[in-house]
Amino acid sequence: MNNVIGLVDGVAECLADDPWRLDDGEKGSSTGESVIVTLERWKAALCGGEAGGASNHGVVLGPDDDPAELRAAIGRIPIIALQFPSFRDGRAYSQANLLRTRYGFKGDLRAIGDVLRDQLVLMRHCGFTSFAVRSDKCVVDALKGFDGCDMVYARSVATPEPLYRRRVRGGQSQEAGGHE
Amino acid sequence: MYNYDSYDRALVQARVHQFRDQVSRRLNGRLSEEEFLPLRLQNGVYLQRHAYMLRVAIPYGTLSSDQLRTLAFIADQYDRGYGHFTTRQNIQFNWIELEQVPDILQLLADNDMHAIQTSGNCVRNITTEAFSGVAADELIDPRPLAEIMRQWSTVNPEFLFLPRKFKIAISSSESDRAAVRSHDIGLYLYPGKSGEMLLRVMVGGGLGRTPILNETVREALPWQHLLTYVEAILRVYNRYGRRDNKYKARIKILVRSLGVDAFSEEVEREWEQIRDGAAELTKEEYFRVAQDFSAPHYENVDPVDLDFGAWLARDSGFSTWVRNNTQPHKVPGYVSVVLSTKPGASAPPGDVTGDQMRAVAELADKYGFGEVRVAHEQNLVFPDVRKRDLYALWIALQNHHLATPNIGLLTDVIACPGGDYCSLANTRSLPVARDIQQRFENLDFLHDLGPLSLNISGCMNACGHHHIGNIGILGVSKNGEEFFQITIGGAQGKDSALGRVIGPAFKVDEVPEAIDRLLQVYLRYREADEPFVDVVRRLGVGPFKEEVYRKSGVDQEVAQ
Repeated sequence: MNNVIGLVDGVAECLADDPWRLDDGEKGSSTGESVIVTLERWKAALCGGEAGGASNHGVVLGPDDDPAELRAAIGRIPIIALQFPSFRDGRAYSQANLLRTRYGFKGDLRAIGDVLRDQLVLMRHCGFTSFAVRSDKCVVDALKGFDGCDMVYARSVATPEPLYRRRVRGGQSQEAGGHE
Repeated sequence: MYNYDSYDRALVQARVHQFRDQVSRRLNGRLSEEEFLPLRLQNGVYLQRHAYMLRVAIPYGTLSSDQLRTLAFIADQYDRGYGHFTTRQNIQFNWIELEQVPDILQLLADNDMHAIQTSGNCVRNITTEAFSGVAADELIDPRPLAEIMRQWSTVNPEFLFLPRKFKIAISSSESDRAAVRSHDIGLYLYPGKSGEMLLRVMVGGGLGRTPILNETVREALPWQHLLTYVEAILRVYNRYGRRDNKYKARIKILVRSLGVDAFSEEVEREWEQIRDGAAELTKEEYFRVAQDFSAPHYENVDPVDLDFGAWLARDSGFSTWVRNNTQPHKVPGYVSVVLSTKPGASAPPGDVTGDQMRAVAELADKYGFGEVRVAHEQNLVFPDVRKRDLYALWIALQNHHLATPNIGLLTDVIACPGGDYCSLANTRSLPVARDIQQRFENLDFLHDLGPLSLNISGCMNACGHHHIGNIGILGVSKNGEEFFQITIGGAQGKDSALGRVIGPAFKVDEVPEAIDRLLQVYLRYREADEPFVDVVRRLGVGPFKEEVYRKSGVDQEVAQ
């Protein structure tokens, strides 16, 4: 994929040679390395025991797909891509949260589709680790989306404790003067 | 009230910085309007008919006098000298330049305020009743949990792009004054057997074009689980709520289509997975927030004040105002005072000028503890006033046209800004409000009618909450002409009900006559002090309908 940003040791960087490509659905195209297939194909491969198939493939979930379906083999999936059909469709944030916190996915979690600069920090909070920025957008510009406002009160994948638990500790150190 | 600490301040400051950048990218064309739209909505900026509107959050309707002065400054400096208090306890400025919004947000942030999530498909301002913490019939102060939810929902990354807007209200008084049943989530806070805080969780309420009262999905939820339970509800909604049709996208439609039992099961299943983790609320956090809401230093005053009693006897105008515009307080010798923003035809409901705001701030400092509340009926409230100060306060409020003794009466009209401002509205609600206030300005008549709520919405989106008005008026457009449909029997509070349509809609100039006829039927049939809505409940719509549509030269138009 082009136009990809990845978190390298937690720091966002443009990835020059991202190996992954989305399976375009043509026969035979899902063979070989570094292919991300649909949930349907992935399940078929898993059941059919395609040699070496399912274990190397990434999976792309549509917003209606249930991430629980990947549960059984989650440790073997190198990358899961979640789709944003529109940046205003927030289902993938919940899918990402579930994959990380409930199903224990440790691989690369990639946002694809209508992925824009101003939502990148939200995605990072929900557990995304790479971001295929919409192709008409400048990826260097999008990188700036990681600067600035990144505080949340609630817990998130990136900050598993809500602020009120961290606040208590902070209150014992230098933040003590903050609250009357 | 809640005092921001360094974290809260850092967040609102960072947010201003972020939005300033987004506005400048919009202005230089690097951000398209489509991409900018949700960003500005989540910062309170709405594009109206003539200009941008900025909606500022007033969390659970609580303001300090200094914050009100800041709002007055914004009204004068950036708007046309007034602001409009809304039915969700916020304030709107109707004539704003986009270029100036970052500066306004900076002013707000410097005064511990913000406009975050006052619009858009996200969790909106958490509301409660205007008398929380002081009402005589309150069980538990709901404000600490309201503030805890405000923080939790602010910039919560998972839930900023929900299928549709999401409104949460919490109440804890015998008579629910926060309209909790018409919210996406309504919370009722009450003490358990040993005094522990419990919550009834009601989901799926909403007005708009499909008015529905919410239904109980969980009884007796211990308070520590509030955030995880709300999280479970929102996750279920975020995943399964409809996104194909904005009119079917509210959670009420999901609850309806699944059925409340299946929906509850889904929520419980989700909640079981997250209930006992880091997101469980702690006592430390509750007390940290609650201490900011501890009672001010009330004076030990004699509940019987001779001067006050003498003024009541001497001045009937004063005693009428006291009877109508004050609420019992839990501390003897104190009351809460409601400032009417509905003086009649001279100003639209909820509109308050910058000068008035400054005067209110000063009076709040002088006669209260520097605190002002916004009621969802669009009026302002001084929560703590000594009875012996009431006479002086009444005189002062009269000078600022804020002492109309009509709280809870027919002319205490709740109305949205309507087609005069709003680009969604297809009719103008303000002229209707004005005509009604003009026709029924006789105070003796109003007081004789007794408690009667009248709500007007300029379109189906129902921002004027017309469904839960005892008399509701809904503007509908037919072939470009405005018509107004009337419902009766709606109510908020413990006996919440949705009003029923009486028949074909009216032209704007026929509305006051139709209202008059409804009132005549009521006066004819009421027994003793029976309120309007009880007569409607007892008799049904029939007799009202008959009288209103009795042949009289009123042109009937069939417009639904």
